[in-house]
Amino acid sequence: MAHTIIFWILAIMSVVCALGVTLHKNPVVSAVFLIGSFFALAGLYVELHAPFLAAIQIIVYVGAIMVLFVFVMMLLNLGRDPDRFSKETKPRFPKYLALFLLVGLLISFIHLTSFSRALPEAFHGFSIENIATLLFSKYLFPFELLSLLLLIAMVGGVILAKKK
Amino acid sequence: MTIDHSHYLILSALLFTIGVMGVLLRRNLIIIFMSIELMLNSVNLALVSISEYLQAPDAQIFVFFVITVAAAEAATGLAIVISLFRQKQTTNIDEVNQLKG
Amino acid sequence: MFLDLLITAVKVVVVMSALLTMVPILVWVERRGSAFIQDRLGPNRVGPLGLLQPVADAVKFIFKEDPIPFHAHPWLFPLAPLLSFLPAAITFAAIPFGDTLDFFGKTIVLQIADLNIGILYIVAFGSLGIYGVLIAGWSSNNKYSTLGALRSSAQMISYEIALGISLIGPILMYGTFSLRQIVLEQHHLWGIVTQPFAFLIFLVAAFAECNRLPFDLPEGEAELVAGYHTEYGSMKFAFFFMAEYLHLVTMSALISTLFFGGWQLIPGLTSVAEWCGIAIFPTSLGLSLLQVLSFCLKTAFFIWFFVWIRWTFPRFRYDQLMAFGWKILIPLGLLNVLVTSLALYFKWI
Repeated sequence: MAHTIIFWILAIMSVVCALGVTLHKNPVVSAVFLIGSFFALAGLYVELHAPFLAAIQIIVYVGAIMVLFVFVMMLLNLGRDPDRFSKETKPRFPKYLALFLLVGLLISFIHLTSFSRALPEAFHGFSIENIATLLFSKYLFPFELLSLLLLIAMVGGVILAKKK
Repeated sequence: MTIDHSHYLILSALLFTIGVMGVLLRRNLIIIFMSIELMLNSVNLALVSISEYLQAPDAQIFVFFVITVAAAEAATGLAIVISLFRQKQTTNIDEVNQLKG
Repeated sequence: MFLDLLITAVKVVVVMSALLTMVPILVWVERRGSAFIQDRLGPNRVGPLGLLQPVADAVKFIFKEDPIPFHAHPWLFPLAPLLSFLPAAITFAAIPFGDTLDFFGKTIVLQIADLNIGILYIVAFGSLGIYGVLIAGWSSNNKYSTLGALRSSAQMISYEIALGISLIGPILMYGTFSLRQIVLEQHHLWGIVTQPFAFLIFLVAAFAECNRLPFDLPEGEAELVAGYHTEYGSMKFAFFFMAEYLHLVTMSALISTLFFGGWQLIPGLTSVAEWCGIAIFPTSLGLSLLQVLSFCLKTAFFIWFFVWIRWTFPRFRYDQLMAFGWKILIPLGLLNVLVTSLALYFKWI
């Protein structure tokens, strides 16, 4: 019972915040809505017995990536977005149709799959040791590649954003 | 109603579509980036839900990788936005069309 | 289950009231302490020894006019002090302030939430303090606020990295993220003996995270008007004030938990307890109270240490500050991780 209430509250919060991100005209307010959406998702991860991922989500996404976004918006002094949707001459109807088809297709695929059991109550999730052991044994090579990727992104970011 | 895994996946699909809506309909580069982050997060939610269903931690490790790659991509993308802004003084994506035609 | 919820609610109320009571006490400590360090008297007119000075401050804050600048954002501007205050308060939930209390046959753990990801939770919510600063600076629609916010948040994110890296050493030593386990593992040897460098790096990074001197250039009183809270007056400013002191208390509590044994008894207290006739073995109410007292004393010492350092050292210049964080603290932190891992691998420790 508690799980149902928590799921619905967090789900509605994440959808409302996601709509706020895409529909609001001010980019900084969109960023604040995105932060709210990330918090709702972190709550859902805790519901799904993945507290480590919830903490990582908050540390990396909310604590670092969104700070970067807000920083850039402050540096570039981006105020309001004057034209919310573009004044392009092409009709927007195909885009709405595509979106509707996309969501319809995804939901029908989900309904066609049968999930044989509900959320197990007695399962307490994987301990951090399990995840860490797997990360450093089976997925060691992608892990090292990831650190290389971060190094490249750091160097690239500094070079791109430097004043000439 | 008891919450099933399909509920989480439907929520993930909904968030993904809202992200696609943001990318298609908005003209501000930074809001497009934020919609992309929203799409990546919806995929993370689907992965965590499947990890719980299959009782295997592999999908959680994949989420770890997705989060890290999203961080690298956001940093690089925002650096590009900054240098673009220095050239053109705008973040409107309609005006970044110099390679066109 | 309902009883557990009730016990947690009581713990939350007790801890939050204690934290919020600490804020006026800290105001008094800071003002009198700074005065004595500067060879003057400080506030001594309101109440005996000036103890009612915080009350006078609170009354002043409540009755002052609450200005809102002309083009400030309508709802982000009032939200920013709250965004600054909440993470500082919530972070305290994972810190254990005592062992267990046997209450009518039920064992209550003296910690609001014994998370198995305790340290990660604290790092996660500690990093949210940046948003209060950023949103305050941006929504004030003021050049000085924006500049102050940018500098302050750049400093906070740089030193947050050093903070996280310095925490890897203790995590490797104790093998767990849970703060209660970490305190339990310190019953023979406090953390500072095995991880002295991690302690030093954490201490310096904690100063920078709380925007305290010698790292408080963002609030640089003589330089940026008042930095990111230039446009805030009355109760909103009081919230920023409270947020800063709460952050201070949380950092002190964290330092004493990770490196000084948390609620483990201060050596010498056991003999004092025996002399007073309080039973120590097995656990008893007296022992629990002594443990809470030890925790409070250690935290109080570090709070005093923060205040002491503030009025002793001059301020860092901004480029010196950033160079120190990136070029000195982070490599030292990584070196600490390397040495700790080697020591654990070759079983030197």
